[in-house]
Amino acid sequence: MTPLLEVAGLSKRFGGLVAVKDLALTVGGGEVVGLIGPNGAGKTTAFGLISGSLVPDAGEIVFRGHSIKGLPPHRVCALGMARTFQIMRPFPRLTVVRNVMIGGLGRHPHPAAAEARSRAIVDELGLGAKADHLAGSLTLAERKRLELARALATEPVLLLLDEVMSGLGERETETLVREIRAINARGIAILLIEHVMRAVMSLAQRIVVLDGGERIAEGRPATVANDPRVIEAYLGDERLV
Amino acid sequence: MPNGAGSRLVSGHPPIAPASRPALQYLALAAVLVLLALPAVLTSYAVTVFILIFFYAFLGQAWNVVGGYAGQLSMGHAAFVGVGGYTAAMLSSELHLTPWLGMLVGGALAAVLGAVIGYLGFRFGLRGFYFVLLTVAFAEVCRILVSNIDALGGAIGLYITFTGDPRQFQFQDARAYYYVALALMLLATGVVALLERRRFGIYLGAIREDEGACEALGVDTFKYKMLAMIVSSFLTGVGGTFYAFYLFSLQPNSMFGIPLSVEIIIRPIVGGAGTLLGPILGSFILTPLGELSRLSLGHGGYHGLHLVAYGVLLVAVVLFLPQGAYPYLARVLRRRDA
Repeated sequence: MTPLLEVAGLSKRFGGLVAVKDLALTVGGGEVVGLIGPNGAGKTTAFGLISGSLVPDAGEIVFRGHSIKGLPPHRVCALGMARTFQIMRPFPRLTVVRNVMIGGLGRHPHPAAAEARSRAIVDELGLGAKADHLAGSLTLAERKRLELARALATEPVLLLLDEVMSGLGERETETLVREIRAINARGIAILLIEHVMRAVMSLAQRIVVLDGGERIAEGRPATVANDPRVIEAYLGDERLV
Repeated sequence: MPNGAGSRLVSGHPPIAPASRPALQYLALAAVLVLLALPAVLTSYAVTVFILIFFYAFLGQAWNVVGGYAGQLSMGHAAFVGVGGYTAAMLSSELHLTPWLGMLVGGALAAVLGAVIGYLGFRFGLRGFYFVLLTVAFAEVCRILVSNIDALGGAIGLYITFTGDPRQFQFQDARAYYYVALALMLLATGVVALLERRRFGIYLGAIREDEGACEALGVDTFKYKMLAMIVSSFLTGVGGTFYAFYLFSLQPNSMFGIPLSVEIIIRPIVGGAGTLLGPILGSFILTPLGELSRLSLGHGGYHGLHLVAYGVLLVAVVLFLPQGAYPYLARVLRRRDA
């Protein structure tokens, strides 16, 4: 079976810095894949390349059988891939529902239909009480949920989550892990960048490890965690343990 | 101003509770009725002031689509007034086409120019000041070109012979201009009200906030910014015909110049850019103020001092009401409701 997303030979340099080098990556339908690696490993760049906000220097990206290399982000999104941003980008002067509607209007062009869908998603993610508040007034944890809600509103088959757990408390993280699992249970595949190892280990069926822009390991969470190269890359980084 | 300043303040789209919508509509209807009846009691000078209020509110509303809602700061909207006005005037004098149709042709040509400017600006990702410069540059190039084309009257411009024939967009009674200007303002406001409720308008408000996030959410930002520019330049071009035929003359400096561009954008900014009533409120505040300072300061060699008054007011608005007067007013009214 052909995977949902297939990335091969993906490379990107910024001036003299090679951010991503010859990256290969696949995500199957309904699968949860973790993308981990130390800071500066090229994870967010890889997301940018896959989602279309950055143009790769080399490589191929095939999503649902279409080559999406060089497509602008809105076209990639229309094909069924949505992403969240590590540094959240809510529309601060729009209400929470309006924020989510921006994602939903692509599938439901009529504002009333998009609003109904968006309210359902906002409720589902526990933001119902804040639905008509301005996004700029949300707390960090709420803004994380808003990112997720907006991405979900685009009705993706593949969700790219960039550090949605970072900065959250323990209980908030647990809730979010449960919610992400529920999203996945609906058949949405997930590729997630995460520094909170406990979360990745429990969510991902497969983990890809990046270091210096290159893939240094791939496999089941338990295998990867014991891989000497991975431990070396993370040396001194207690987060892995 | 769009982007940045004062996210702590309430939105450009104050979320109005559904319950207050009908009340607002009755209020708007009452206001329109009053404005329809008003010329019966106004002095001829007051009628002139109202014509200017409506006309600048109309231009401000046209600018509001791209400058307010979409947050793309065009500082060269005079170019569209000029293209629209000159087109209608030339069609009228050379081909005897009535300005009532000429104004549509002028609007269409202005929209073509808008599409060219928009394409260059948006395709090459010019933001903020760079987009401002691009629009100013285009307007200036138009002004200099027209100043040097003898067929268009060169620097002296064109004069329209007064016939008083309504078919030639000329009226014996100034009150007719009052109603035309009022109709233009209401038309543009109706268009914007319609856009505001549709996907197009909702997208524009998000594009103003964060284009990158919009793209990631599936919004073709280039397409919608282009559409906004085209709608805005078309309406502004239509306004050019009114401007030319109300003044009976067209000069490159007044039709394409930076001062007119400033007049166009200052009202929606003071009133509340990206809000439906902002340009109208702004025009009701600024136009009489401009007239007053022109009258009281214009004598005795103080020409241009009204621009100083504008400047002071703009600084005050940016400092104290960065979202403009309308959002502030809406907040005060809501608080009183509650």
